[in-house]
Amino acid sequence: MRLMIQVEGLTKYYGEHAAIRDLAFTIGQGEVIGFLGLNGAGKSTTLKILGCVLLPTAGRVVIDGHDVVSNAHEVRQRIGYLPDVPPLYDEMTVGEYLAYVAQLRGVASRDAASRVGEAEEKTGLREVDGELISTLSHGYRQRVGVAQALVHRPALLILDEPTSGLDPRQIVDMRDVIRGLKGAHTVLVSSHILPEISQTCDRLLIINKGTLVAQGTEDELARKMGGGGSIEVEVRGDRARALEVLAPFGAVDVERAADGVLSLTLRASPEERPRVARALVGAGLELLRLDQGAGQLESIFLRLTHGQEARA
Amino acid sequence: MKALLIARRELSGYLRTLSGYVVIAVILALNGLFFNAYALGGASKRSAEVLSQFFYYSSGFTIVASVFISMRLLAEERQTGTLPLLYSSPLRDRDIVLGKFLAGLAFLALYVSCTLYMPLLVLVNGKVSFGHVAAGYLGLLLLGSASLAVGTFGSALARNQLLAAITSAVMLVALILCWLLARITEQPLADVFSAMSLWNQHFPPFQSGLVHVRDVVYYLLVTYVALFAATRVLEARRWR
Repeated sequence: MRLMIQVEGLTKYYGEHAAIRDLAFTIGQGEVIGFLGLNGAGKSTTLKILGCVLLPTAGRVVIDGHDVVSNAHEVRQRIGYLPDVPPLYDEMTVGEYLAYVAQLRGVASRDAASRVGEAEEKTGLREVDGELISTLSHGYRQRVGVAQALVHRPALLILDEPTSGLDPRQIVDMRDVIRGLKGAHTVLVSSHILPEISQTCDRLLIINKGTLVAQGTEDELARKMGGGGSIEVEVRGDRARALEVLAPFGAVDVERAADGVLSLTLRASPEERPRVARALVGAGLELLRLDQGAGQLESIFLRLTHGQEARA
Repeated sequence: MKALLIARRELSGYLRTLSGYVVIAVILALNGLFFNAYALGGASKRSAEVLSQFFYYSSGFTIVASVFISMRLLAEERQTGTLPLLYSSPLRDRDIVLGKFLAGLAFLALYVSCTLYMPLLVLVNGKVSFGHVAAGYLGLLLLGSASLAVGTFGSALARNQLLAAITSAVMLVALILCWLLARITEQPLADVFSAMSLWNQHFPPFQSGLVHVRDVVYYLLVTYVALFAATRVLEARRWR
């Protein structure tokens, strides 16, 4: 896979304080990567460096073959960056603002209108094109922030906390927007809201106190962490038979049993789902639902960040 | 050119918000009052003297206007969190500074052009040399350009608009007061301070209708140095 981002030994000091230390990771073209960490872990600092807003104290960042320090101009043509606070001009309308950003990022003025339309379509901003940014709700302002990052069709999108401050409905909408970007762009999205990352990203980078503590898919991390995952199962049939079939996979918690339907949580890696399904169906039980446990990422994240704090 | 794109947006920002108009209106009103009270008032004068007095007072108000116009240029971007948009776009820092400065200069030129009614009033009741008016306005624009560039530098240094205005005002007052330092120091320092003086050494010839190359060069040089310093400040911010 062609590499979009290569980070080696990335370090940033603010005075005496190291915001990030010796970060190293790579991201392939077309991947959607979740950048996870507690507040103050160093996510925004890392993304600012990748977005050419900040220069590193040490280390090297190469984006699409260009160094962010020695060849920043080339890098800037390939990225779209949404900072933690969307950079909006309140006195402009959405359409004017996006056209301005498109031209600022090298789109010819004759193409700007079509690019603005495209970005508005992707982010659901069509109906507010003529509205002043100052009159928009927080959710729409975040969408405009995402739209400005992608209006020039960058190869890499860097989104810092795109769901920050949104209500649950707006979070779902934003998640759909980010999912819709998959394929056309490489996306690096930071957040401290775990379900958002879990449901949106192919792979995770977890940062704690300025250091990268883990990277991989959710399942890979669960395996590394000693199988912290769970599987949610809903079956119809004999309770004792169901427990007997599931016992070899791990501990079973019965959540609910009513009208012959059992809702269970199986303490096993989500990768076991196909085997669990075959075993239940083979035992003559009617399988109604089989899903990855919701709390897996949360459990991994807490263990990783807690472990780091304990060592510090 | 990206600088012109930034300038256009910035200028539309001035024209769409009330603050720009308030600055122009207040300073124009004060300028008009001073013109009426001091340039036109008192003993009878020749038209050229009235015009000279008009440029004298207008130069002060142009400096004040430049402080208020420039205070938002970069400090506001920093205050509202829009600077990362410019930093992450394929622009050079000098494009950002130049674009902001050009917008400020266009707005300042709008203010200066609004003062034209005063020389026209002199024309109604007296004789006015158009060369004198042209030289005076060239001086106002050059003085405004230099003051605005210093203000842009102040705006790049400051965290918010108020601090930007204070920083710029302090730097401009220091440049104006260089003539005092020239009086109390010995050669060759006295010559250096005298040459550096923003107003005393370089504006009076324009006020009298004379254009000296050395004065034009001085104001252009101050403009260049201040904008260069503002660019350096933006570059340095990427390290923090």
